[in-house]
Amino acid sequence: MSEFVRMLSYHFMQRALLVGVLVSLCAALLGVSLVLKRYSMIGDGLSHVGFGALAIASALHLAPLAVAVPVVIVAAVLLLRLSESKRIKGDAAIAIISSSALAIGVISVSVTTGMNTEVSSYMFGSILSLSRTDTVLSVILSAAVLALFIAFYPRLFAVTFDETFSKATGTKTEIYNTLLAVLTAITVVLGMRMMGALLISSLIIFPALSAMRVCRSFRSVVITAAAVSISCFLIGAVASYFLETPTGASIVAANLLAFAAFSLAGRKH
Amino acid sequence: MAILECKDLSFAYDGETVLEKVDFSLNAGDYLCVVGENGSGKSTLIKGLLGLKAPDRGSIRFGEGLQSTEIGYLPQQTQIQRDFPASVREVVLSGCLNSLGRRLHYNAGDRERAAMNLERMGVEDLADKSYHELSGGQQQRVLLARALCATKKLLLLDEPVTGLDPIATGEMYNLIKLVNLCDGITVIMVSHDIRAAVRYATHILHLGHEQLFFGSCAEYRESSLARRFSGGGGL
Repeated sequence: MSEFVRMLSYHFMQRALLVGVLVSLCAALLGVSLVLKRYSMIGDGLSHVGFGALAIASALHLAPLAVAVPVVIVAAVLLLRLSESKRIKGDAAIAIISSSALAIGVISVSVTTGMNTEVSSYMFGSILSLSRTDTVLSVILSAAVLALFIAFYPRLFAVTFDETFSKATGTKTEIYNTLLAVLTAITVVLGMRMMGALLISSLIIFPALSAMRVCRSFRSVVITAAAVSISCFLIGAVASYFLETPTGASIVAANLLAFAAFSLAGRKH
Repeated sequence: MAILECKDLSFAYDGETVLEKVDFSLNAGDYLCVVGENGSGKSTLIKGLLGLKAPDRGSIRFGEGLQSTEIGYLPQQTQIQRDFPASVREVVLSGCLNSLGRRLHYNAGDRERAAMNLERMGVEDLADKSYHELSGGQQQRVLLARALCATKKLLLLDEPVTGLDPIATGEMYNLIKLVNLCDGITVIMVSHDIRAAVRYATHILHLGHEQLFFGSCAEYRESSLARRFSGGGGL
């Protein structure tokens, strides 16, 4: 118990838990729409673009988030266009963009700083990586993501459920798809520091999938996904502190267990 | 006064005309069935009426204060994911989307309208069920309730009975006719089922890359087109 209290007394742990809870919440909410719209791969693609951007920012000694957030937002809008375009195969386009971004990131790392701990933390995530300014920026951005999601909830539901109907009744669906992509981009970049580029997409996909095993309405899926996401983050983060396992990987493991449990529970229906 | 007037409409994809010479008008309370073979331009006309595709030539004009965003649209089943976790209530309520205006969330009036339309379609006891657990016939009723939330004047139904068993098909046709007669809502229905079309509709529009026929059901029955399309047996 005293170990637990000591853990909470570290500033880096307080920052990590605060940002982690907010980002997990954002990821879960957006994840429901992304999974249902078959956009799961966009989250994965964006994380690789995010890695490229962070690697370049680190090579040029720029503030990581200030570079990565705009770059990934642009990539998100681009990926959305590509996946909706009928001429190019959307999933192939995402694969090309994400591996190219990863390659550029790796090259820029190897010609400048080399594979140091900072770069490794972008790949696999680190609970220690959040600076004070990062924390402030993360809190502001995730608050914005949450506010926009709640404000446009009825429209996001309609666009996710039946885009043609929404368009026919006068909803500008492109705006809401773009909004979804931009919010996802912000969430991916924020979550990457802790989860790592290779693992952040699971934070978006897992809670939604778990919730969909047992819930019957969109609202209950959203709420359950949020609860699952926050719980798994806290369990994973605390476990990683005590077991000295990597944070991102521990959180994914917690999500995997939750998914298995929800799948079992869902089969009884 | 006409609620819908299409004048010399034509639609093209990448410069290639897929539908032309569409010229008809409907009065409030009419029930129009759009028939024609696959690829005859029915879906294109629907997209045009919904404002999802701009006509290449000609014009679509709505009367009686109707806006193109106030059409109650029932899409083909295939366009909706069958495994989507949404309750019946949530689906029907989303039909009120076009009355949100500048508001962010639905209000009590919207909820009441959704509840009323659930009742009208006889599915109020399914309100808390998940949409994907319902039978095909129940799903179509729910989508019809959603379409009714979106309109007071015009329903646009894209093959509403495809995949339904004979009993559910009959019930669906009766519900549509009821809405048409009791509430005076104009109905445009795309259908493959030519026999049901002449039985329930007041007007027929027959397409085959252009307008082959437009007129009342009685006129259509007498046409050589109807005889050919129904397989020679007459209607």
